[in-house]
Amino acid sequence: MKNTLPESGPFFARDRDWHPPAFAPGYKTTVLRSPQRALISLDGTKSEITGPVFGHNTIGEFDNDLIINYAKPGEMAIGQRILVHGRVLDERGVGVAGALVEFWQANAGGRYRHKKETYLAALDPNFGGFGRTIADENGYYWFRTIKPGPYPWPNGVNDWRPAHIHFSVFGHGFAQRLITQMYFEGDPLIWICPIVKTIPDEEAIKRLIAPLDMNNTIPMDMRAYKFDIVLRGRRSTFFENRKEGN
Amino acid sequence: MVQPLNYLKESPSQTAGPYVHIGCTPNFTGIHGVYETDLGSGPMYNDKTRGERITIRGRVFDGSGTVLKDALVEIWQADSDGFYNSPSETRGSADPNFFGWGRCPADMTTGEFVFETIKPGKVPFRDGRLMAPHVTLWIVARGINIGLQTRMYFSDEEAANAEDPVLARIEHRVRVPTLIGKREGDTVTFDIHLQGENETVFFDI
Repeated sequence: MKNTLPESGPFFARDRDWHPPAFAPGYKTTVLRSPQRALISLDGTKSEITGPVFGHNTIGEFDNDLIINYAKPGEMAIGQRILVHGRVLDERGVGVAGALVEFWQANAGGRYRHKKETYLAALDPNFGGFGRTIADENGYYWFRTIKPGPYPWPNGVNDWRPAHIHFSVFGHGFAQRLITQMYFEGDPLIWICPIVKTIPDEEAIKRLIAPLDMNNTIPMDMRAYKFDIVLRGRRSTFFENRKEGN
Repeated sequence: MVQPLNYLKESPSQTAGPYVHIGCTPNFTGIHGVYETDLGSGPMYNDKTRGERITIRGRVFDGSGTVLKDALVEIWQADSDGFYNSPSETRGSADPNFFGWGRCPADMTTGEFVFETIKPGKVPFRDGRLMAPHVTLWIVARGINIGLQTRMYFSDEEAANAEDPVLARIEHRVRVPTLIGKREGDTVTFDIHLQGENETVFFDI
């Protein structure tokens, strides 16, 4: 009998004390958007442990190059050129092959290309601010972009978001679905940001701060930041049809 | 001392923020020319897909009863025979003409999300009992710190719903109707209440 089990088990229980709570009044919008009743706990069924596969043909050639994917031919986005790279892993330390990674961000001046964005910083005509890629067989991914700027936002009277890149990650199961944000090493705004501070554990916050990676920095071209993303791990399925207690 | 378990911790979630659409549905925000289409947009079926065509419509409300106009909803569901189009589906092969996943941003004026899909078949629970037909939903938005997981069942499946092992978990029976989409003709309406008297049942799965 083989020791290789099908990847069809439920995911490890989520550590809800590690994630930010739904109700976090320092981030005012959560006050009316947070469920107040207890979540109903359920070990994953087929409906949550399965998930779609996004083929490589989903992705265009320049989808992971934000410096040029919106730019006019021959032009480039303005800002500090950076490479963001890392692995999508699960809690077992296994690379999540084929994970869909989508990212979006403000431009170098801290301005998003969005109708509802009102910050006075200028739009960059050559920067769209989004991209996507599919992790390779080891879970490795990378993209080129410019370093986003910090920006003010209406929460407290004088709240500023640290420079950050939003990530949406799709692993192998719908219950692994995750949206998070990447911050940059050394940014003093991280520790006073009300959205960062929704995360109760300082150790957890550190997992979202990408270090400068001089080994992968390309001389005379772009600095590298390493950002690993961890999705929920999957239990091995030894018995498919175990009887429930109730 | 014992051996270390060496598990990693899941990356902590952060809100999708107000501009989630730039990253996930750029064409919807009016940014064209980078992605041909928005991933997960449009009808989830084609001419060859098996199953009954339905339209799921709904809105997401906050605790004051105000409609969210910046939410993003994703759904995942089985095909008409109850199979998921996924490598983790170990019981058989799903309809190759049904991907099973859709993504829809709430309309910026009305807050409505719409999925044109098919009615899913029954999927077995882990012990083999059949779950009533249902669609799994994941909701993110500004002010939601971690994506919310819920399910939509169908009002025209009263008998199956009564025997559903997941709905049976809900101690407060008055809350069960928050998970039932109201079917009228080919349209199923499913409003989601983040908070308040009719707060939708959300799961920790």
